[in-house]
Amino acid sequence: MAEQHSEPNYGGVWWWLLVLTIAEVLVAMPWLGIAHMPKVILLVGLALSKASLVALYFMHLRFERGTLLVIASTPLIICAFLLFMLMPDQGGMERTSEIRAEKAQSSGH
Amino acid sequence: MSEAVATHTAAEAYETPLTPESWGKLGMWIFLAGDAMSFGTLLAAYGAARFGSGDWPVPANILGVGLSGFMTFLLICSSVAMVWGLSAAVHRDLAGYRKWIGLTIVGGVLFLCLQAYEWNEFIFHKGLGFSSNPYGAPLFGTTFFIITGFHGMHVTGGVIYLLCILIKGWNGSLLGDNAYIVEITGLYWHFVDLVWIMVFTFIYLL
Repeated sequence: MAEQHSEPNYGGVWWWLLVLTIAEVLVAMPWLGIAHMPKVILLVGLALSKASLVALYFMHLRFERGTLLVIASTPLIICAFLLFMLMPDQGGMERTSEIRAEKAQSSGH
Repeated sequence: MSEAVATHTAAEAYETPLTPESWGKLGMWIFLAGDAMSFGTLLAAYGAARFGSGDWPVPANILGVGLSGFMTFLLICSSVAMVWGLSAAVHRDLAGYRKWIGLTIVGGVLFLCLQAYEWNEFIFHKGLGFSSNPYGAPLFGTTFFIITGFHGMHVTGGVIYLLCILIKGWNGSLLGDNAYIVEITGLYWHFVDLVWIMVFTFIYLL
């Protein structure tokens, strides 16, 4: 029953994954001097590209019916929602730790 | 009438509107969606702990990226071995099936050995503990061990799962029409690889 579609070029996908992994490690190197935010965007983009290659070609999502795509993308949507819901708390915690650091600094003087 | 019922029953077993393959495959996808939410929640909690901390260390300075980069490469190779194992099963190539599924298992076992080595280095040589971290925020160690440990448990489960289908299919019983069982196993294994791609980026590189 499996593999009713034509077989993807698995070797080609492997090369892409290898190249993207090397790119990720290079982007993370501090001597490259990439600023924090562009580095975050680049690394997350590269990771999502790699994950998409694995899901689309190794897990054959590209050749499946749309319903499986919906099932597979559901956790992505919920996790993105979770991240956005946590953002205000993260901002608050960041500010709290800044205030704590300021207090500790002022009590030290 | 009876012919129509028989056709309908056969259609329900393999040709559902949800999946053209099998109920097992659909079940695995639903399980993986739930599991992905577990990992997503852990990574979101990691993000919250990290942003909320004033003294979170730069992970690459403590964890390094050389070994974890190699572990990523190992899991990618293992994933490719898995798809070639599935391809061999579909094309009724028993020797290829044994070779590629065997190599997939070797990749998983090597990954686990490297993870054990890495944990040993962090705990006994760098002093990083579950609730202690000499380089800054204690939650750094907590999140690192929980997330990589949870993933390591999945790899261990995957290796056992792969061993089961290697033994079950050793005589060729999982070739041809039964290759869908190998495909379902492969879905789990690729998911483990996919999750590691995210863990490597968020825990080690960012």
